[in-house]
This record gives sequence, C-alpha cells and structure tokens, in this order.
Amino acid sequence: MDISIRNVRKEFDRYPALHDVSLDIRSGELIALLGPSGSGKTTLLRLIAGLEYPSEGAIYFGDEDASDRSVGERNVGFVFQHYALFKHMTIGANIAFGLKVRPHDRRPPRVEIARKVSELLNLVHLPGLERRFPSQLSGGQRQRVALARALAIEPRVLLLDEPFGALDAQVRRDLRRWLREVHDQTGHTTVFVTHDQEEALELADRVVVMSQGRIEQIGSADDVYDRPSSPFVFSFIGESSELPVSVRGGQVFYGDAALSVTANSGIEGTARLFLRPHDIEIVHDGDGAIAGKVTASHRDGGLRRLDVVTSGGHRIEVTLPAAQCPDIAGDVYLSPSRGQVYPAGADGKAG
Amino acid sequence: MAASINTLRLRQPSVIPGFGLALGLTLTYLLLIVLIPIGALIMRSSALGWSDFLKLVLDPRVVASLKTSFGCSLLAAAVNIVFGPLLAWVLVRYRFPGRTIVDAMIDLPFALPTAVAGIALTTLYAPNEWFGPVLEKVGIKIAFAPAGIVVALVFIGLPFVVRTVQPVLADLENELEEAAATLGANRLQTVLHVILPPLVPAILTGFALALARAIGEYGSVIFIAGNLPFVSEIAPLLIVVRLEEFNYAAATGIATVMLVISFAMLLIINLLQAWSRRRLGYGG
Amino acid sequence: MRILLIALALGFFALFVFLPLVVVFVEALQQGIAGFIAAIVEPDVLSAVRLTLIAAAISVAANLVVGVAAAWAIAKFDFVGKSLLITLIDLPFSVSPVVAGLVYVLLFGAQGYFGSFLQAHGITIVFALPGIVLATIFVTFPFVARELIPLMQAQGRGDEEAALSLGASGFKTFVLVTLPNVKWALLYGVLLCNARAMGEFGAVAVVSGKIRGQTNTMPLQVEILYNEYAFTAAFAVASMLALLALVTLALKTFLEWRFDDEIRASNGH
Repeated sequence: MDISIRNVRKEFDRYPALHDVSLDIRSGELIALLGPSGSGKTTLLRLIAGLEYPSEGAIYFGDEDASDRSVGERNVGFVFQHYALFKHMTIGANIAFGLKVRPHDRRPPRVEIARKVSELLNLVHLPGLERRFPSQLSGGQRQRVALARALAIEPRVLLLDEPFGALDAQVRRDLRRWLREVHDQTGHTTVFVTHDQEEALELADRVVVMSQGRIEQIGSADDVYDRPSSPFVFSFIGESSELPVSVRGGQVFYGDAALSVTANSGIEGTARLFLRPHDIEIVHDGDGAIAGKVTASHRDGGLRRLDVVTSGGHRIEVTLPAAQCPDIAGDVYLSPSRGQVYPAGADGKAG
Repeated sequence: MAASINTLRLRQPSVIPGFGLALGLTLTYLLLIVLIPIGALIMRSSALGWSDFLKLVLDPRVVASLKTSFGCSLLAAAVNIVFGPLLAWVLVRYRFPGRTIVDAMIDLPFALPTAVAGIALTTLYAPNEWFGPVLEKVGIKIAFAPAGIVVALVFIGLPFVVRTVQPVLADLENELEEAAATLGANRLQTVLHVILPPLVPAILTGFALALARAIGEYGSVIFIAGNLPFVSEIAPLLIVVRLEEFNYAAATGIATVMLVISFAMLLIINLLQAWSRRRLGYGG
Repeated sequence: MRILLIALALGFFALFVFLPLVVVFVEALQQGIAGFIAAIVEPDVLSAVRLTLIAAAISVAANLVVGVAAAWAIAKFDFVGKSLLITLIDLPFSVSPVVAGLVYVLLFGAQGYFGSFLQAHGITIVFALPGIVLATIFVTFPFVARELIPLMQAQGRGDEEAALSLGASGFKTFVLVTLPNVKWALLYGVLLCNARAMGEFGAVAVVSGKIRGQTNTMPLQVEILYNEYAFTAAFAVASMLALLALVTLALKTFLEWRFDDEIRASNGH
C-alpha cells in the first residue's frame, strides 16, 4: 500500500506540532521516522494511523483519500510504545481481539480465529503462549505479542511507535533483526518511530529525519550519514565536531590554515565545518593542518578516541584505529580528510 | 477538502468516541441535581434584599449558632490534628496485634450513618449511662453540652486527618531518619526538622477537610448536643428548626451563610491540595 | 516510647471509634435476641428498611451511570474548564446535608419555585420518595466519579486507542477494554456510595417529612425511636446500619488488599 502525506499541518491548542509535511511511502517499504523528542515524529505516525486528524492537508492510502477515515476504518496495525496490551485478557484473546470485534458478517469462525492466533504466535516466536496473561511475559515478549495483535487484522500498513524504546540493549538488538525478518516475510509497508539513529540506520530502507515539526532529510542510511543536508542532520546522526571556518573562493580556512576539505559552490565568507571523528588524520606537518593539544585519550574497543582542543580553543573528537596509533599526548596536527561545510546562517544543532 | 477536515475537527477533538454524550450527561445531571437547586437557594436569599438578609443572619440566636458550629468544629479539628497524625504514625511505623483491624476501622466514621453515631455517643456520655456516673463524679459534663458537640465532631473528622497523613508518612523513607541520625540529630530534632515538615501540607489539608465536614455536620451532633439555643445549638439544626416553623426566609438566610462557608472551605482545600502536590507530589 | 505512643493512639481510637460501635450492639441486645427481633419486625421498621433499599438502589444506579460518564469525559479527553468541572463534582461533599435537603424544599416544596405547578399536576416530590432520592443523590454524587477519575487518568488512552485501531466500535471498546480496566475501582466507589446513601440522615430528614411507615428511612426511624425513648428498638435498627457499615469496611479493606493497584491510580491518593 502506497501512502502519501500531502502538506500536512497539525496544531495542538494552537501550538504547531507539524508544519507542512509531505512524504511518499512506497508499498512494501520499511521507513524510520527519526528525530529527537518534540520533533513531531510520533504525531506524524499517529496522523497516518488516524489517531489524530490533521489541521490541514491530506493523507492518501493508495489512490484513496483517507483523511477523514477513522482509525478503525483505515485498517492499520499500530504497535504502541508501551504495548497497550489488554491486561485482563490472555495473550490469545489479545491477538484475537481485532477479529472478534468485527461485525457478525465479517467475523471469521472461531476455529479460524484460533488457527490464526497460533499461526501468529509462531511468527513472533512465542508458540503455545495463548493462555498466558501479559503480566506473565517479559518486555520483549509483550512487544512481540503487540506486533502479532496488530498483524492479526491483516493491516494495510504497519505502524510502530518507538517499538524498542522500553527494552534493554541486548533485547533491542535481537528484536531489531527479528522485525526486519518479519517485514521481509510479510511484505507489509512499515513505518516506525525512533529516536535511536543506530536503530534507524540499521533497520530502515529509508530514514526520515525530523526536527521541530519539519522533515530535514529523507534518504537511505548512506545518504543521511554521508551527505547530511543540514547541520542538524549531521550532528544528530553519528558523532561530529564543529569548527567555525571561513570560505574564500571555495577554499576552506580554519584561522590561517587552508584545509583540504572543499565547500559546495555558493558558500562564501564565514561558515561552519562539520567533521566525523574518523575522517580526521594526525599529521606531522603543520602545513594545511589544525594545531591542537590532546587533552584526553582513551581506548574504545578497536579504536582510540582523542579529545583535542585546537589552538583556537575549539574541541574536536578524533578516532583512530588503535593498532596504528600509540597513546598520544601533547601537541598534534590534525588534517580533516572529509567534512561538510554549511553557511553560517544554517540553523540547527542536535538536541 | 480543508473545510470538511475543519468541521470534522470541531466535532471530533479526539479519536475516542463518546465525548459529547459523556460530557452532556454529566453537565445535565450536575445542573439538575446540584447547580439549579443551589441556584434556587441563592435566588431565594437574594429576593430577601440586603437589609432583611442581614437582619436574619445577624439575629443573636443565628450568630450564636454559627459561633457554636465554628468554635466546636475548630476545637474538634484541632484535637484531630494531634491524634490523627499520631494514629497515622502508629499505624505506619509499628507492628502490633490488631493493627490491620484498627487501620480498617479508621474509616468507620465515614461508613457509619451519622444518626447511629449520634445515639451511640450520646449513650456513652449521657448521665446514668456508660461513662455518665464517672463523669458526674469528676464534675465534667459532656453530653447535652458544647463538649458533646466537640466529641461528635472529633469522631466525624478523624478519618480525614488520618487518611491524608498516612500515605505521606508511608512514603517517607526510613533513610531520611537514618541520615538525620548519622548527621548527629537526636530523636526530637529528627522529628521536628525531618519528619514533621513534609507532613505539614497533609496535616493542614486534613484539618481543612475535617473542619469543612464538621461545620455542616448534623446527624451525629443533634442527639448529644442538647440543642439549647445560645449554648449548644448548631447552625444546621437552626435551619431545621426554622423550616419546621415554616420560616423559610430565616432558614434560607442561614443556609446561604453556610453555603458561602462551604465554598470558602472548598477553595481553601483546593489551594492546600495544590500546594501539597507541588511540594511533595501528593494530592489529598 | 513506642509502647507509650501505641497506647496513646489506641486509647484514643478505642474511646472515639471503637466504643461507640460496641455501644450500638450492646444496647441493641439489651433485651436479648428475642427483643432485638421483635424490634426489627415492627411494620414501621420493615417499611423503613424497604424505603431505604429502594432509595439507595435508585441513587446508586443513577450516580454510577453519571459517575462513569463524568470520569470518561474527564479522563479521556482534554477540554476547557476541566478542573472547574472536577471541583463542581466535589461540591456536594462540602455542602452541609441540611442545606442539601433545604434546596429541594425551596424548589419543590409547597412554598417552592415549582410548588404550585407540581400541586396543580398532582405530583409530590418533597415529603415523598422522589425528594428522598434527590437528596440522597445530591449527597452521594461524588463517590463513583471521584474513585474513577484519578485511576482512568493514570491509565491514559492507550488501551482505548489500541482497541479502536484494531477495529472495535466505541461501545465495544468501552465494554471490552475500559470497563474491565476499572471494574474493582467501580465496585469500590459503588460500595462507598451505597453505604453513604443508606445512612444519609440530615438531607433526608429535611425532605422526607418523617411520615411513619411511609417516608421514614432507617436512619430516620432510628431518630424517631430514640426520641420516643424506645432505646432498644432504636439501637436494634441502628445495629443493622452499623452492620452494613462493618460489611462495607470489610469489603473495602479486602478490595484494597487484593486489588490495590487496580483501584488507586498511584500512591498518595
């Protein structure tokens, strides 16, 4: 099911939560809505589900304008952040709920429902747990039951709100891989909300980066990591350091040092340079390099992390393969091999 | 398209249905059961005109009854903010046989019909009855005197104080006291400076709740009070007396004063609860 | 110190709470079981019991329906004036029961605003069952709503949204999801509401007219018997009400012990 969000705006008590957002989701795609809290990502997801109605704009499911369809009519599978399992019902009854509440003529026979429930429990790797209650399951198991319940109604689209937010790190990683498998098996168009960039980059076909009610960038993991369209995206996704620079004729200067990174055409004068810690080399020659002093150095697995304060007083983080780099202290010269230059007016810092 | 969405929003502020029905039912009921009747009282008393109204409520017997109601209620609430927190403390901190039953029975004054409480307390303190002879010997008169009113109002108000203080006390960590002890505080200092301050909002809220209830109380008081005008006649009783004389104007006048007091107490209680929520995260 | 505090607290409790209860039962059985039963089977007493049961049943049912509706509106939706509405729902708690009774006399009594209209149409409200029911409803209105509102607010809207997203109708969502979530709190509220409804004295005294065998509820019957110096009979009727109070407390304690997290929204409530 293609989903098309067209110029949607949403206000809560005159406070705008989304400004003029447009997004096309292709059938079968796995999409992540990524952003800090307050960025509007959950509001967008709830608008797609029909749990909120847009103040302006329209939402299309395929060719059909679904904007005034109620959540029940839209036939979406929604997985809530805290699962919202009905705690007085067994796991089986929870999963069967969406089928049992159908009007008589569309309700499958009881045997059919039971078969479907056990099939779904197999899909989510929880076979035979029909008779248990939600309180008897772990967080990860509840999350999978919530997904099975959403899938039971054969939704046109699967929507997940921070699906792994409440789980600990190991369970998160397992469930992430498993969600990808379920998606590939069932082929549902899937949209999930997350504030965890690692989760978004690993799982999604495309990542929608949001900030302050606007979409900052839509693209693949490579796009948003390697070619971030704004300082916000650069600093929100992955680690980064920022330096004030000046651009003269395409050449980027930090103080007097002419750096080997290039600026896009059209940028001139004062600008902001964003660097990834692994795109910086340590060189022995001060020419075209940034002079600085190592203030801290520590080992992180196969990497060594250095905190460097430049002669201009700015902090830069550098990571190097530990094997190539002995413990360094004192004065160093840094040469960035890659970086992004944004005009000084461009707004945004993560957070 | 945009227009249809806008009308939709007016009708449906949330996807959960039933708002109009639920709120409509609530407001209609509230209007019919509570607001219109109270409005009728206010209209009746405003029809009296200021001078007549003042003459009615400044009548010496009315003033005396209000003084009795207020004085006895304040006294009873004062007794309860001494013994209420004590009971809460004992119930929260100590284990003794029968604790659960005592804890459950703290709510008895809520659950016991006031008339039952009234005749029971009267029998307990009346001359020639249970405590009567003993009290007579030491020369204390409780039943059929203002002291009896205070006794009844202590009974009525006790659960309000205990039940507002108890949860705050239960959440007060033992570690606070241990911390105070490691810092060199003695037991008295710990109680005064560590335990009591967080309880103050709850105690005050309990005091206000008990006071509000006591001022309006009728059933438990009228049996034990003796109901002597100018001495032990409470304001709610005077309303009933005037009503039985078909003196609707006088009854309305006193009732209006009582109603204003109720509103004032409600406001005070709400402010106290907001304050204690802000201070400690507790409502009443 | 500890022993002293416990003794002081329990002494106070015994004197002010426990002894009055003991008095009720001891006085009720002053003339033995036979005397007790004789007092109870009096026609006036039986009619008072019947009237109390009817008035309480109607009041509790009405307050139950509206209490649930009020809690639904307040807990599941955002609207202007919500805190004012909550205050208004609490209002009957702080109004003197006598005033609560008086307002209905002023509306529906012979001298009241609708008095002549009602008389012309042969409807009696005051000094009859409708007046008693109205006064009881007024006094017990807050109990159910008050018990449900904090709990339903704490539960949020997630379960309802989930049910709706799975295609359930509003009615099915309410019956299958919302009601089971609050059933114990609802029972708790009904219990308290009922205890208060059956025991209400001041408000009912003003509107009932105290016509023997007709508009006397049990608490009013207690008063009449007591004022006629029929102490044993008064305490016999009182003991039934006291028993109701004890049963209510026992059930309440049981519910708190067994279903605490399903009754209270959080601690400190």
